[in-house]
Amino acid sequence: MTAAAAPVRRQIHPPPVAASPFPYNNGSLLSVQDLSLDAVSHLLSRASVLQNLDPVVRDRILLKRRVALLFYESSTRTRTSFELAAKGLGADTTLVSNLSSSIEKGETLKDTGLTLRALGAEAIILRHNSSGAPWLLEETTRLPVLNAGDGMHEHPTQALLDLRTILAHLRPDIEAVSGDTLAGVTVTITGDILHSRVARSNMLLLPRLGARVVLCGPAQFLPELAIGAGPGISIERDFDAALQQSQVVMMLRIQAERLAGQQIDLEQYKASYQLTGQRLASHAPTALVMHPGPIIRGLELTAGVADGAQSVILEQVRHGVAIRMAVVERALTDTSTKAGRA
Amino acid sequence: MSVLLIRNGHLVDPAAGVDGPRDILLKDGRVAEIAPAGKLRATNGTEALDATGLTVAPGLIDIHVHLREPGQGYKETIATGTAAAAAGGFTAVAAMPNTSPVNDTAEVTRWMQSPERGAHVRVYPIAAATRGSKGESLNDFAALKSAGAVAVTDDGRPILKDSVMRETLATAARVGLSVIQHAEDTRMTQGASMNAGPIAFKLGLRGMPPEAESSLVERDIRLVTELRDARSHLHVAHTSTAGAMAAVRQARRNGLRVTCEVAPHHFLLTEEHVGFYNTNAKMNPPLRSAADRDAMIEGILDGIVDAIATDHAPHATHEKEVEFENAPNGITGLETALGLCLRWLHKEWKLPLGRVLSLLSAQPAALLGLKGRGTLAVGSFADVVVFDPKLEWIYRAKETHSKAHNTPFDGWTMQGKVRWTISEGRIAYASA
Repeated sequence: MTAAAAPVRRQIHPPPVAASPFPYNNGSLLSVQDLSLDAVSHLLSRASVLQNLDPVVRDRILLKRRVALLFYESSTRTRTSFELAAKGLGADTTLVSNLSSSIEKGETLKDTGLTLRALGAEAIILRHNSSGAPWLLEETTRLPVLNAGDGMHEHPTQALLDLRTILAHLRPDIEAVSGDTLAGVTVTITGDILHSRVARSNMLLLPRLGARVVLCGPAQFLPELAIGAGPGISIERDFDAALQQSQVVMMLRIQAERLAGQQIDLEQYKASYQLTGQRLASHAPTALVMHPGPIIRGLELTAGVADGAQSVILEQVRHGVAIRMAVVERALTDTSTKAGRA
Repeated sequence: MSVLLIRNGHLVDPAAGVDGPRDILLKDGRVAEIAPAGKLRATNGTEALDATGLTVAPGLIDIHVHLREPGQGYKETIATGTAAAAAGGFTAVAAMPNTSPVNDTAEVTRWMQSPERGAHVRVYPIAAATRGSKGESLNDFAALKSAGAVAVTDDGRPILKDSVMRETLATAARVGLSVIQHAEDTRMTQGASMNAGPIAFKLGLRGMPPEAESSLVERDIRLVTELRDARSHLHVAHTSTAGAMAAVRQARRNGLRVTCEVAPHHFLLTEEHVGFYNTNAKMNPPLRSAADRDAMIEGILDGIVDAIATDHAPHATHEKEVEFENAPNGITGLETALGLCLRWLHKEWKLPLGRVLSLLSAQPAALLGLKGRGTLAVGSFADVVVFDPKLEWIYRAKETHSKAHNTPFDGWTMQGKVRWTISEGRIAYASA
């Protein structure tokens, strides 16, 4: 029995919600929502410039500047590409991981951040298993903080590199993005949406350029309320129906480390949501197949699809280095005019 | 023999039906005389307080605070917590048992009330309902009551098992104690750190569904209904959801002894105030949706809510300066309750001053059967708050009397500044 709520009879004017003080540092990239479309355009164009620059010239842009990589979770792509990006601009990098540092002895994120700052770090790239950790680090250090993935929350550089990958294929002649750059493009994100920071960053960024984002997965991984995350987001539980509408399909890994005791029937999951060659040929024979990695071959997609002609998974990885060069450069250079906030 | 005269104030004593200018004479910790303003003269040796232009009311009573002693004195002590209470106009507080050790014995209950604790106002211990608050076996309610406990609860945790809750309600009724329930079906809130909904999804945080609260309130009301002949008193702590409020509303219609309290943060703030992982907006129950918040306001304005209680939950600064999901639940509340209630319930939402004060004093006193409190009728305890009802001021957490600074109301405008708080005839707080 659930008693009905009493109707609100009076007009209630409640206390207002205070404006967010974040980001404290204009060089930070905490969320894709911190970036105006002009700022996105600027990052995309700097990514192209930096990628094509003579490495000897590029090396002087952040010569001897100090960038710390602070990683509380394992990572291959993100860590390596951030490191290559910072080094490619001439910066000195240092890696602190939770498994080989004083974090193991109980040092807090605040103290680790302050210690890195005292050691001369001018920016911190943070990967953390708790949603929101980059906000805490930025508030306490006031340094530029680059969010390299926080818990189930956001992974803004992944969304930017995904955007760059999409644009390279679907809008190759675009110089700057605007609110209708991706008009007519449907991007389906399939799998463990609930635990995915990649999904959140993409669903918050791509609709701002005019794309439709269709989320696809079982209720366990995709609660109905996901639609409320922002405009331009819809849910389609039938993967085949979602594929038929899509120019881009992003597959996600089931995040076993974040399941928190949930059980999942993998055979049933694969039957409904695995991207197979047959499914792709029948319903989306020209769509781009994307995946933020790490991929689990034979689970969310077949090996044939991962290695197939429609797959741009390794291209995404390459775009990652260029995007992260632009993001690291932005963090350490005066950004007051060129990278306005949303 | 101590005598204190409060002159020329405007006395608002809802329980006694007084609302007008009065002089009040306090003698030996009790109210000795009430007379029209200007009638009483200070004799030699009588301390007199000039309350011209000020409101005089029964001292405020908070039936839900965490004073952290025994065992967690680094967060708060009975001395510092009650200093904050006095600064906020409170003359009595009921302290929750989730201390270390849990207050599940007469010994701890007495220890908390010992003069050595240095309390500035009256402390009423609320004892644990079950051994170690584990929700399994009942404590000795009669012994706890004779040691001074005014209610039983496993606050911070719910009593989940139907059989244990039924036995708690029946036994407490026999002894004459109220049962306070922290209504949270913890099977639905594992790993969660804010209200379930689109905002939690967007922030990547696991959510506590409102049904985790309302379903347990409904379960408890069902048990009270089944035990109707026992006349059990169920009090729902920190009500935060429209569903729970509706269930209490229905139970009252059905004539059951079911009461509820609401905390200022639950009638003022919503899950949007979590912002970007503000740990000072993290508490349990969490800040809910706007519809839930509105239902709390409605419940207060309609008279369904029996008490405003702060759930004052101090934590050390370093404990809150961590990742959101790792931060402990709770915020302080004793110094901001009156200022927020007057600013919002009274000024903004037009709840008459007498009703606001009743929710902060007479009703909570009646709810827990605190005899001689919640009124300034002659013979009552000399527990008085004197405040400037119109004065607006800014709350600064760093100036708190509590050990803790964990409040979402830092920098907020308050209305009504406490001038004096008098506990059993002694001036427990005087503003500069």
